[in-house]
Amino acid sequence: MKRRDYLKAGLRDGFPIGLGYLAVSFTFGIMGKNAGISAWEAVLISATNVTSAGQFAGLSLMTAQASYLEVAVTQFIINLRYCLMSCALSQKLDAKMPFFHRFLISYGVTDEIFGVTVSTEGKLSPFYSYGVIGIAVPGWVLGTFLGIISGNILPARVISALSVALYGMFIAIIIPPSRDNKVVAGIVLSSMALSFVFTFAPLLKEISSGFRIIILTLLIAGAAAALFPIKDEAKEGPSYGA
Amino acid sequence: MEHNIYIYILIMAGVTYLIRMLPLTLIRKEIKSTYIKSFLYYVPYATLAVMTFPAILSATANIWSAAVGFAVALILAYQKKSLISVSLISCASVFLVELITGI
Repeated sequence: MKRRDYLKAGLRDGFPIGLGYLAVSFTFGIMGKNAGISAWEAVLISATNVTSAGQFAGLSLMTAQASYLEVAVTQFIINLRYCLMSCALSQKLDAKMPFFHRFLISYGVTDEIFGVTVSTEGKLSPFYSYGVIGIAVPGWVLGTFLGIISGNILPARVISALSVALYGMFIAIIIPPSRDNKVVAGIVLSSMALSFVFTFAPLLKEISSGFRIIILTLLIAGAAAALFPIKDEAKEGPSYGA
Repeated sequence: MEHNIYIYILIMAGVTYLIRMLPLTLIRKEIKSTYIKSFLYYVPYATLAVMTFPAILSATANIWSAAVGFAVALILAYQKKSLISVSLISCASVFLVELITGI
């Protein structure tokens, strides 16, 4: 495939992400308006951070006039899961890939963009990443802008419906390989079950969602790797039939 | 404002970017350990599954439309439909359920 084909494939797979981002960042824009920041500031936050939970938390800390250190630590904890994702993604990159591609790809390691880029077949082309980022991030920024300049451009029903777009995508990534691979199916099922327990069980529910993701990922992927180490031919990583 | 909003934004963006960038620039070789390789292979499935459920159930206006959207996505994904169809048809089913039930 040529660069342009990778770019196109990325734009295609990034489209549902952009759509979902539009809905989520719209609510961020509305929150920003309530917190009293300007449209420019909200857009700047979205364009430089591109992370939902981190931005929502950051906004409430700003409103509370929290210390800079507090903001840094909170971002670190909430976004630490990206470190795991980047580690996994690093194995999808050609060892000879130049640094500037790595710097640019890093900008777009979000839950969703990671999800589609890590599940491409073979090595990851940076241009595929740029395609996904190129349509997803504008969706994120535009949604923020629309949310802050007007809380009611999109009817509540449409926002509600679009809110499942990102989850629908996650499901489209994890379910097809679960059909073919029993270990993956077991991981998906136990992850959902434990996530459910951690969300509602007393004490466990006090753990923030960022930490919940880190703890359960380490636990489940760690146990699966010990019990079911994969042989060399499977090392190219997961793929989905898009 | 006592604190400067631009410094806030700079700190948020800087911390977040470093978390994403360091592994991608520091790990440039293929990892040889079978355990770590297997672990990293399994990471996305665990992470995405943990993030999806039960969060999807509280994403929409009510749990019923969310449950339908979840079920529709599961069925379509099981049939190996494309990313975008799974995502959009799931959104459409949420929309329809909320329209019909009037919630």
